[in-house]
Amino acid sequence: MSKLLTWIDDRFPLSRMWREHASEYYAPKNFNFWYYFGSLAMLTLVLQIVTGIFLTMQYQPSAEEAFASVEYIMRDVQWGWLIRYMHSTGASMFFAVVYLHMFRALLYGSYKKPRELLWIFGMLIFLVLMAEAFMGYLLPWGNMSFWGAQVIISLFSTIPWVGPDLAQWIRGDYVISGATLNRFFALHVIAMPLILVGLVVAHILALHEVGSNNPDGVDIKKNKDANGKPKDGIPFHPYYTVKDLVGVVAFFIVFFLIVFYMPTMGGLFLEPPNFTPADPLATPDHIAPVWYFTPFYSVLRAVPSIGGSAFPGVVAMFLSIAVLFLLPWIDRGAVRSTRYRSIWHKVLLAVFVVSFVILGYLGTQPPSDLYSLLAQVCTIAYFGFFVALYFVSRFEKTKPEPERVTH
Amino acid sequence: MLKRIALTALACWPLAVLGAGGGGDAAYWEEPSVNLGNERSLQRGAQLFANNCMGCHSAQYHRWMHVSEDLDIPVEAVEENLIWTTNADGEKNQAGTLMTIAMTPEYGDQAFGMAPPDLTLSAREHGPAWIYNYLRTFYLDDSTPTGTNNAVLEGASMPHVLWDLQGWQRPVHADDDDDGEIVGFETVVEGSMPPDEFDRAVNDLVNFMVYLGEPARMDRTAIGGWVLFFLLALLGLAVLLKKEYWKDVDH
Repeated sequence: MSKLLTWIDDRFPLSRMWREHASEYYAPKNFNFWYYFGSLAMLTLVLQIVTGIFLTMQYQPSAEEAFASVEYIMRDVQWGWLIRYMHSTGASMFFAVVYLHMFRALLYGSYKKPRELLWIFGMLIFLVLMAEAFMGYLLPWGNMSFWGAQVIISLFSTIPWVGPDLAQWIRGDYVISGATLNRFFALHVIAMPLILVGLVVAHILALHEVGSNNPDGVDIKKNKDANGKPKDGIPFHPYYTVKDLVGVVAFFIVFFLIVFYMPTMGGLFLEPPNFTPADPLATPDHIAPVWYFTPFYSVLRAVPSIGGSAFPGVVAMFLSIAVLFLLPWIDRGAVRSTRYRSIWHKVLLAVFVVSFVILGYLGTQPPSDLYSLLAQVCTIAYFGFFVALYFVSRFEKTKPEPERVTH
Repeated sequence: MLKRIALTALACWPLAVLGAGGGGDAAYWEEPSVNLGNERSLQRGAQLFANNCMGCHSAQYHRWMHVSEDLDIPVEAVEENLIWTTNADGEKNQAGTLMTIAMTPEYGDQAFGMAPPDLTLSAREHGPAWIYNYLRTFYLDDSTPTGTNNAVLEGASMPHVLWDLQGWQRPVHADDDDDGEIVGFETVVEGSMPPDEFDRAVNDLVNFMVYLGEPARMDRTAIGGWVLFFLLALLGLAVLLKKEYWKDVDH
């Protein structure tokens, strides 16, 4: 066995990669609950790819057959329903995990120097994930698939001058049609996953280059023992592989609870209007994107149209995502972790999270005067967070950071 | 940390309960009892569905074969009593075929103004309560082409198909105002079933349609418990393994 390994190592850096990324990758020993979501995001990615491969074997990407082929999977394919529910639940859980993973970064300042590029890779993953989910949602060819895609693609047509042509170019037709379905299928099963996997590799390489942050936000590389190993670091394998295994099993309990007992999540993961085939002549009563897009959708609706054009709302929606890319430079604070930052920072972060959740809720609801006002207030709070952070972080009075990690 | 998890869960909770559908605040509204474990009810529902619905409505995503297997109805009984369609050669369809009907959408369009929709997934789209109340609240109305109207779906183009079972009824309005809200119904002509029996029959039908919408529901609820039991046991082992490895870490 060791001879084989030597043979491989002479030709491929297998042992070295294993050491660098697992057995001798030193991670801070004080990771808490929030640090499970990185490995869980990877797990959901693998789940989506594996279940996706099996769905592709039976799914028919044509306007005539797509809807029926999904029901064929649900009824006639052995265990097809399980694979399909795992994929549909997996999509929502992927976002849940990624949102919690991103919140962790906000909580402990994981985006701050020297992890700016790591954060940017992560944001790119988030962006591609949104495109991936949006395109995947069209594939069952239900009525909400159709109208949801119609609404989102028509956002592009609000762009001055090039808008209508751009929207038509995306659709490949004047309306959402079989042509759109076919290209979305190609992008969903090949293009986006390829980019996603590439970005995840870059994300992890960047992480292992600079080292993991931790709940105290202190640099463990400052305190090394005689062998040059961080005193507060422990090898990722076996310590975090066995710890993450606990997270994986706990995640699976939640995941399969949903898959087996509430696969539609009360209409949140699989929306009722999507149980009727796409019909260009019958608009659903209330078109709402799936829950993971609703915070941004709320921002879109909250911004009033100017001169009959919804373009300002579209700009606001894109800005609400784009501004996150700049977070490492907006936050000028001296310390990373919220633990050692001022009360003002904690209040700001709380307002941001609450407004994000409220925006998410409002995006699932039909608009009303009260809700629109509330969405506007929360949109201001959302953007206000970044503006306030820029100034507060510069002048805030922080607590002294510990020399070593605490807990 | 636990407190933080609890707070996060609490914050996410509103997301989980919304979108559950509804509309059931009318005075006549009643909730059906959906129970896919009640095989007799599902079988009666299948019979009602084949005899009363499938003249106009298909269930084209499902196969008779599955009805036979899932509801424990012998294939011969299904082919003899439930399947009435033929293939292109005029031979009677067998259990392996999809639950299609003879009426074309074009004919349906002409006859009813709108082709009767496929019912395979109706229970998932509208919810069982909607169907239950829809089928129970057809009432006499001279102003419509069918002579009936519906309390749940105003202006429904479907006639009162279950009239021979339920009989005919007229609406009782709030405050005796003819344009007021419908609060109940009074029987004009009795049907072959007393009201209680009719409600049970419609409940059976709804039960079957819930099955039809998602046959996998039978499997998933049966398997789910075992999977979760296994995962809980695995969680215990994983926690022990983690503790064993982390013994020497000072944290």
